[in-house]
Amino acid sequence: MNALAAFAAGLVFGLGLIVSGMTNPAKVIGFLDIAGAWDPSLAFVMAGAIAVGFLAFAVARKRTTTFLGGALQLPQARDIDTRLVGGAIVFGIGWGLAGFCPGPALVAFGGGQDKAAVFVVAMLAGMLLFTLAERYRAAGA
Amino acid sequence: MAIDWAHFTPWSSLAGGVLIGIAAAMLVLLTGRIAGVSGIVGGLLRPAVGDSAWRMAFVMGLLLAPVAVAFLERQPFPRIDAGFGTLVVAGLLVGLGTSYGSGCTSGHGVCGLSRLSPRSLAATIAFMLAGIATVFVARHIL
Repeated sequence: MNALAAFAAGLVFGLGLIVSGMTNPAKVIGFLDIAGAWDPSLAFVMAGAIAVGFLAFAVARKRTTTFLGGALQLPQARDIDTRLVGGAIVFGIGWGLAGFCPGPALVAFGGGQDKAAVFVVAMLAGMLLFTLAERYRAAGA
Repeated sequence: MAIDWAHFTPWSSLAGGVLIGIAAAMLVLLTGRIAGVSGIVGGLLRPAVGDSAWRMAFVMGLLLAPVAVAFLERQPFPRIDAGFGTLVVAGLLVGLGTSYGSGCTSGHGVCGLSRLSPRSLAATIAFMLAGIATVFVARHIL
């Protein structure tokens, strides 16, 4: 049941990314290019998503279980450290270089674009490098 | 700063954003998880028992969304301008950065800001500024 709900959520999420224009790298770069001809559209994506998300998380915060009866697993981390900000900066550089973040890249890959496949494989390699580095760090500690 | 009116799509972007919000609402209220794409994919690379099926299902939904759209309207997919080398470097940076930073545009930018998380606000400001700086250097300096 959880998997079915997650599949439906993924499908709606992907449709939202397509409708909003996020799967078009040129549009993403147009949003980040504030010194050139600036396309503010993606601010509207954020506004629409956060308006609905705010209500959803307000409901979630008042509950201990999901509507399917499972456990709610909301993030507990609170600290703003170098790891968080440094990671976000590295992500932002990659985002600005290609105009892809993880969701739209996966959608474009699903749409059969080979260039998106190149990005997705490199992204998975980056995530795997992190996993290996963490394992190495844990073993050394 | 000049607005690019020719490419400005406030209504479809707002509608797409609402769909993204609905998807995040479905995931948290039905499965209790955060709709953060990098986190969901990253979790598949360090699998825990009973924690992979929902992740695979969400990713399958993402991958099938363009297939569903292709059935409804026969529009070509947007062109990807970046070259092979740029895509490899960008993909690596996105994979590493989202792992160390615990999230991307969806996890921090949408869900985190919806939860009013100061941590996600800090991350969102950091990746937005880094993205803006990168595009500035690539487009106006190099």
